[in-house]
Amino acid sequence: MRNIFLITFKETKTYFLSPMAYIVGGLFLGLTWFFFNTSIVPGDLNPITEANVRGYLDPTTLLFIIFSPLITMRLFSEEEKLGTLELLFTSPVKDIEIVIGKYLASAIILISIVLCTLFYVILIYLFSSPDLGPLLSAYFGITLYGLATLSVGLFASSLSGNQIVSAVVGTVLLLLLSFIDSLGAMLEGLPSTIFNQMALNYHFEDFTKGVIDMGNIVYYLSIAILFLFFTTLNLQIRRWK
Amino acid sequence: MIELKNITKYYGNFPAVTDISFKINRGEIVGLLGPNGAGKSTTMKMITGFMPPTSGELTIDGYDIVHESIEARKKIGYLPETVPLYTDMTVYSYIEYMGKLRGLNNKNIKSKADNVIEICKLGDYKNSLISKLSKGFRQRVGIAQAIIHEPEVLILDEPTIGIDPNQVVETRQLIRNLSGEHTLVLSSHILPEVSSICERVLIINEGEIAASDTIKNLSSLVSGKSKMEVDIIGSPQSIKTKLEKIEGVRSIDLWVKKSSNEYTTFSIESDISVDIRAEVSKTIIENKWGLLRLESMGMSLEDIFLKITTSE
Repeated sequence: MRNIFLITFKETKTYFLSPMAYIVGGLFLGLTWFFFNTSIVPGDLNPITEANVRGYLDPTTLLFIIFSPLITMRLFSEEEKLGTLELLFTSPVKDIEIVIGKYLASAIILISIVLCTLFYVILIYLFSSPDLGPLLSAYFGITLYGLATLSVGLFASSLSGNQIVSAVVGTVLLLLLSFIDSLGAMLEGLPSTIFNQMALNYHFEDFTKGVIDMGNIVYYLSIAILFLFFTTLNLQIRRWK
Repeated sequence: MIELKNITKYYGNFPAVTDISFKINRGEIVGLLGPNGAGKSTTMKMITGFMPPTSGELTIDGYDIVHESIEARKKIGYLPETVPLYTDMTVYSYIEYMGKLRGLNNKNIKSKADNVIEICKLGDYKNSLISKLSKGFRQRVGIAQAIIHEPEVLILDEPTIGIDPNQVVETRQLIRNLSGEHTLVLSSHILPEVSSICERVLIINEGEIAASDTIKNLSSLVSGKSKMEVDIIGSPQSIKTKLEKIEGVRSIDLWVKKSSNEYTTFSIESDISVDIRAEVSKTIIENKWGLLRLESMGMSLEDIFLKITTSE
């Protein structure tokens, strides 16, 4: 447990000291601000708007497909490049502790960025009175969604010593996971249901409607745990090579 | 302390190390020698638990490196060949982090960190970013992280590679000072380094142990004879005849240097079992020749190394 926190603390500190986290955070907030403007502030494009967060959180899920791998890309790729993986691997620390420690650090960064978007919620409250329920559930959902994508990104990072390659692989994996339901739409019966159920976005919709379904929570947590497991497995395979 | 039994390591289909076995006792200082690609780093990576052997058994103080890896790793301090540093950290925070990862608790981390910073003479650079340090200082930071938790076993892979001569001398001194407290395994292809630090040498060639002994024993093992050079003023032929009569002498070569035709250099080979130096000097004095130099030319590690790694 102590080792996990040690690694989380170190990685979080590195994030806050490096420009990358600020660039990613800044871009993320800029784009969500754009979504916020087009979905909530009445204008030419969208003359009638609703006072809820769904309008900007829906497209935000797509942002995670690009931004989560950008957050996680350095976690293993950089260690590989600097050779410091050798230090971690020869320290009395379990592989799973390394993986969880790094994952938690990326989660802290992602949650910090998501918390910044609460600014929009304050704006909504200033000008109208939205329902609290769907708002809370949508934020809960987007956090779960983000946590699942980070795990996939972390796995991608463990595959390569090149950060760019890791980011691209992560994004491709996430795209597959997001749009696998279009494959479901082409099929019928059970296969269709399976592909639909596998899709990242399929499980997000309920949250924006204020519905907290245990199945959806389990889905996102399973994705996160599965890819953390894959990451650990991959580290162990790399030792044997 | 370190025991390897029939260790083999394959990279894909390529055997990096084949069936090596050796034992290193507590407190020993052992040099791993071998040409590039011989399997030195691979052996060290297996000892430190970075990668498991394909087959064979490797234990550190009785703990199996694969099955009791965490316990075994606790006993080890390791400096890999490419010094692994988080370049965006300061020297102090890096050393502190590594110490904590190796299991030092928050209470004594500060005194331990200050201690290694003192040992490695890093005091002036404590708060510098590692990315700003020169290669020699980075090497010291690397050594500092390897010794902060006072490991029983210290593994240093090519610790003086790529740093300037002054820093090489300092780094060697630092390693020599450390050697008293740890079981030390050092790899190098710089032979004088090994001969000046290590008590025992393991020569690895093409993934196999080619020799394992003290430097002195290795030299007699390889040649079976010792060599000396003597500069003498006098008639070369009569000197040669007299010297050849000394017991133990096997052969004598002689040559005159062109720049000074006053003296002749004799290169004498003799049995390793007898020391003929006293007898040689006695003969010279009795015959009233002029003795300018008498030097024992014991085989250098280079000779041994070349002989072992090329003749087979």
